[in-house]
Amino acid sequence: MPDLTYRDALKSTLVEEMDRDPRVLLMGEDIGVYGGTFLVTEGLLARYGPKRVIDTPISEAGFIGCGIGMAMLGLRPVIEVMTWNFSLIAADQIIQNAAKIRYFSGGQAGVPMVIRGPNGAGVQLSAQHSQALEALYGYFPGLYVAAPATPADARGLLRTAIRASDPVIFLENASLYGLRGEVPDGDYVVPFGRAAVARHGRDVTLVTHGRTLHMTLAAAAHLAADGVECDVIDLRTLRPLDMATVVESVRRTHRAVVIEDQGGLYGVAGEVMAGIYERAFDDLDAPVVRVSGEDVPMPYARTLELLAQPNEAKIVEAVRRTVA
Amino acid sequence: MVKKVQHPGVDTDVLLEWYRSMVFVRHFEEQAERSFRRGKVGGYLHLYIGQEAVAVGVLGAIRDDDIIFASYRDHAYVLLRGTDPGAVMAELYGKSTGLCKGKGGSMHLFDVQRGFYGGYGVVGGHLPLAVGAAYALRYDHGDRVCVCFLGDGAMNTGAFHEALNLAGLWGHAGLCPLVLVVENNQYGMGTSVPRSSAVPALASRFDAYDIPNEVCDGMDPQAVYDVVRRGVDEARRTGRPWAVETLTYRYAAHGAADLLQPYRAKSEVQEWRQRDPIAQTEQRLRHAGALDDAKVEAIAAEAERRVQEAVTFAEASPDPAPEELYTDVYGEARDGDR
Repeated sequence: MPDLTYRDALKSTLVEEMDRDPRVLLMGEDIGVYGGTFLVTEGLLARYGPKRVIDTPISEAGFIGCGIGMAMLGLRPVIEVMTWNFSLIAADQIIQNAAKIRYFSGGQAGVPMVIRGPNGAGVQLSAQHSQALEALYGYFPGLYVAAPATPADARGLLRTAIRASDPVIFLENASLYGLRGEVPDGDYVVPFGRAAVARHGRDVTLVTHGRTLHMTLAAAAHLAADGVECDVIDLRTLRPLDMATVVESVRRTHRAVVIEDQGGLYGVAGEVMAGIYERAFDDLDAPVVRVSGEDVPMPYARTLELLAQPNEAKIVEAVRRTVA
Repeated sequence: MVKKVQHPGVDTDVLLEWYRSMVFVRHFEEQAERSFRRGKVGGYLHLYIGQEAVAVGVLGAIRDDDIIFASYRDHAYVLLRGTDPGAVMAELYGKSTGLCKGKGGSMHLFDVQRGFYGGYGVVGGHLPLAVGAAYALRYDHGDRVCVCFLGDGAMNTGAFHEALNLAGLWGHAGLCPLVLVVENNQYGMGTSVPRSSAVPALASRFDAYDIPNEVCDGMDPQAVYDVVRRGVDEARRTGRPWAVETLTYRYAAHGAADLLQPYRAKSEVQEWRQRDPIAQTEQRLRHAGALDDAKVEAIAAEAERRVQEAVTFAEASPDPAPEELYTDVYGEARDGDR
């Protein structure tokens, strides 16, 4: 198993899928000549030419909508958004067209399309470039929402996304692109709707996804030194959502903390908590606790930005309250 | 199915077939409105009455394997494409035998087998789809074209401008065989073109995106055909987009629930009715000796018979089964339980 960065896991999977299937094409702002804002598509224009690696103008509603039309005609566009924040310009295309065409056409047409790019905060990008949008897109039937946290899952989930029959919201994060890890070779696939148990423990279940997996694992290591063993579940996809794995864990540990990058009101953690209460209420020995971002637009000042986000210490504190 | 013309120019036989098609579409729409008033058809119902010459002229000018995207005023296109009128009416009735199993309704007709890729309910929202679809047609080196019908209102949306800029760019590479048909029916819902567009000469907007464009009389199927046939041939040959603004009018309300129509005078509707596409074509055919009173009556009776057959089929059809609620959300079985 080679050791790859998250970025190279994405890029090598794009290459493998483009080599395998001539219908796969890439489209987005500055993905060709520039190589992609985070260099995920570097070198691919030279390899595949401008018909398959399309540099677009700054027109999210235009090119994401075009991707839908291409997908309906049998192509498999993989579209990069420079950040998910800019997808809001194309919200009508994604929500009103991509997610619903299969249904309102009575199954006559489908939209096998991937939209991928960095989600959530970077470093001091301030309010308009920092939003995490999984709760928004998780709301709409007809979409898949994937959020790989590791290089291996970046490969396995992207491959599933490109081969899926329906539109996939593929959420990366700027802080993850340089992360290294072992990535299985060959036709490695991670199916949607199957959470991963990232660490085994008997005392409390920690549920998270995306970037916050890593601070959650750090918190779990810290707590283990104090004798608290955490079961850490990485949801990996938010739609479909694998509640069975979460509930199975909570039935063993009787306690749960749910961690998400932003959110809070109407967020992913709230949905997971509701699922736990609906299906494992009698197994709980303590109220389920959530750790979310603060309920404010993302500030610019680094000190405030750090305060607005979850971190290892906040997770440790929440777990201690839960097991007390 | 609309009569095809293999060569430029239209003879009397073809015009007669087009007349028959327009009469049928109008009878269908009038029945749809009656069914709406009787509560058999729900939601929004946007009728094509007055605009028949546009659909007939355009569909007469394209090949059966060309594809179409359209707005929500979409009944005529599928009917003229040869879709079973019973399946169209059943969709309006929300029945299981409808084109989209009763899941789309009037605004979202689809007949992919016949190259009709939908009916879309958000003004201007389908334009990017049509541009991408045109790209896909040329991606495989084919020579099919994509026809996109849009209203005058769509031309003020952001999606229009973003999509057409892309169409112009991709056209430079010969990768966008797109035929844009603007049906300027003078109103975006209740707001007239001069009240909504800073430059009311709508076709001129295509110049901004290097898309060749023309304007034509949208009340005359032959005028529409003559212009569009040139554009279709050009788009097919070059892989570049081409656009036409057809000047037309909807006599009917915006939607069938738009009863009072405070935004226009009755006299204006009457003026446009003087140029009714069906009446004009009828006159021309009478002059040519191809129509008389008896034949006009027979054509109307045949149209009405087919429409009533469609109604009977729709009314006799079952409602969608409850389990259909959950099908067609995704194309494959999924893991995960939420």
